Amino acid sequence: MKTALERIYNGVIKENPTFVLLLGMCPTLAVTTSGINGLGMGLSSSVVLILSNLIISALRKIIPNGVRMPAYIVIVASLVTGLQLVMQAYVPSLYSALGIYIPLIVVNCIILGRAEAYAGKNKVVPSIFDGIGMGLGFTVALTLIGAIREVLGSGTFFGMEIVPEDYRISIFVLAPGAFFVLAMLVALRNKLMSPEKKKKAAETSCSMGCAGCSMCGESGCGTADDADKSGVSAYGAKEDKA
Amino acid sequence: MKTVLLVLFSTILVNNVVLSRFLGLCPFLGVSKQIKTAGGMGLAVIFVITVSSALSSAIYHLLLVPFDLTYLSTLVFILIIAALVQFIEIFLKKFSKGLYKALGVFLPLITTNCAVLGVALTNVQNGLNVWMSTLTGFGTALGFAFAIVIMASIRESLDLSKVPKAFRGMPITLLTAGLMAMAFFGFSGINIG
Repeated sequence: MKTALERIYNGVIKENPTFVLLLGMCPTLAVTTSGINGLGMGLSSSVVLILSNLIISALRKIIPNGVRMPAYIVIVASLVTGLQLVMQAYVPSLYSALGIYIPLIVVNCIILGRAEAYAGKNKVVPSIFDGIGMGLGFTVALTLIGAIREVLGSGTFFGMEIVPEDYRISIFVLAPGAFFVLAMLVALRNKLMSPEKKKKAAETSCSMGCAGCSMCGESGCGTADDADKSGVSAYGAKEDKA
Repeated sequence: MKTVLLVLFSTILVNNVVLSRFLGLCPFLGVSKQIKTAGGMGLAVIFVITVSSALSSAIYHLLLVPFDLTYLSTLVFILIIAALVQFIEIFLKKFSKGLYKALGVFLPLITTNCAVLGVALTNVQNGLNVWMSTLTGFGTALGFAFAIVIMASIRESLDLSKVPKAFRGMPITLLTAGLMAMAFFGFSGINIG
């Protein structure tokens, strides 16, 4: 029980995938034009994340180390294909609102990142809770961004009208607004954290974010170790300079 | 010739892949610290997207459609991309040392660039044939390279300016991206038939 709560706290607050690790940026910015879309995307990704953590953790002793990335990708892609068919059948309106970003859950760094960083090394039950925590953190972040953009841009809150038409700032539902809202939220988080904590968080966010991405990147090339290493180190060096 | 120009114009400026369709943000934010590395990433992406959109479109039309397997396209495309990136890497290592040195570092990072899978999927959804898919892929990748190089040059000068503490790092980068998106938004008024 303790580990379960700890994993969930870790996913939602300490290592929030969106605000702290800055992973999975594409869906975060693209589909959050309204609160309900953000919630839908967050929940769909969470389902895939929890199931992929479960399967990968259960198979962790069977999957050979050298081909683990391609194996993970196949597992995640199959889950996403299944999800796509289910959504098409039962929630067609959400399916068409999220569009291309549903199949793109496959390349969401959060999922492969968690598979590599946690599920591939831990027992089944903690992995499930890790998936729930991370998924919840992602869902909360997406819903928050979506709700802010919806209120500012279209003057509604989950469909309820609260801002009169003359006071709506339509740019917030368009592409630039997504960047602005996320920038403000990340800056707010930086501001609220104490200085030394902030520094540490900034470091981990960078190294983790890029490690997450390069880790996923390895997927295609389980064998090309030298290239991976140079890729990772090039990333690290660049981040260090900053 | 006219279609070629129109497709390129629309994919590079009007529907810029990063700034209006939010694909490929991970490398756009992660590898845009210096113009040189950003350029390398841009070139690698142009290479991979062009080849992968041609290949995935060909496989879609020759294999998936005749056997009625189109619902597998996500799964098949991601495998094509992963295998292709691996293949290109081996090929470059063997035959072009110079190009491998320039692009090699970026290749492993490209499999998870969602622009690659995104372009392959939208091409199929829009019912484009192999030639148009390749062209759209090429244009999209050019748009990505264009955006990431501009971003890198802005960030290089941002390093020299005083940024409020809370905004250092990612927030100011996101704000810059937002302003760039606003600028590119100006192109969307142009109606291309």
